[in-house]
Amino acid sequence: MDSEICIIIESVSDIITAREQGRTIGKELGFSFTDLTIIATVISEVARNILVFAKEGEIILGMTRQGGRHGIVIIARDRGPGIPDIPLAMQDGYSTRKGLGLGLPGVRRLMDEFEIISEVGKGTTVTMKKWVYQT
Amino acid sequence: MEVPILKQGDFLIATIQAALTDADLLKLHYALVEQVGKHRSKGVIIDVTALDVMDSFATKTLRSLAHMVRLRGAETVICGIQPEVAFTMVQLGLTLEGISTALDLEEGLALLNQSTGKREA
Repeated sequence: MDSEICIIIESVSDIITAREQGRTIGKELGFSFTDLTIIATVISEVARNILVFAKEGEIILGMTRQGGRHGIVIIARDRGPGIPDIPLAMQDGYSTRKGLGLGLPGVRRLMDEFEIISEVGKGTTVTMKKWVYQT
Repeated sequence: MEVPILKQGDFLIATIQAALTDADLLKLHYALVEQVGKHRSKGVIIDVTALDVMDSFATKTLRSLAHMVRLRGAETVICGIQPEVAFTMVQLGLTLEGISTALDLEEGLALLNQSTGKREA
């Protein structure tokens, strides 16, 4: 990552701070207005998961370059209870009512890259990337 | 930042400003269900034109707000969902099933006039 900023998530107002920072970085990178909305919404979802399940954690935002393209990296990290069943968490709860309702399947659909590492009792880290679409 | 609620005839109009906190949304909940009774309102319009992010929490809140208003005997119309917000909501799998929506405030008022008028007839 070229540069990064870290936002501590421990209250609801931190969620708003994090998504506004995401918008600012996204704008700098030249994302479309729709993509900026997607980035802000994704940050909102993962930041809320931190607050609800882990009470506190952090959102790290950065710019990334890879093979001629550039994009935003969003990392959501907490030292909360962890997710025991990741495949279940990745099931679409809105349509099947089987998922955990963490909103992660939707978040994955909105991003280009999505990776989740979680250990019960240790915490969860979600790393996501979205590339600027070049015409 | 509290959400202002305007009384317009038989209807209440709540205009949501950008970046509402959860506490503001919950306050709006209580204010609306209370004011529907106080003003004997038949309909509520929630204008979300200025809302730039509609995440699962905001959607859930709006849904329960509309259901509460219905239990108080009035109808709710949510108006002004922006195109990119609508796009993101669909991708996230968020729905406002069973809740009336309108393009903007004007359409929202027209919709309420129509539906509450029918009920009286």
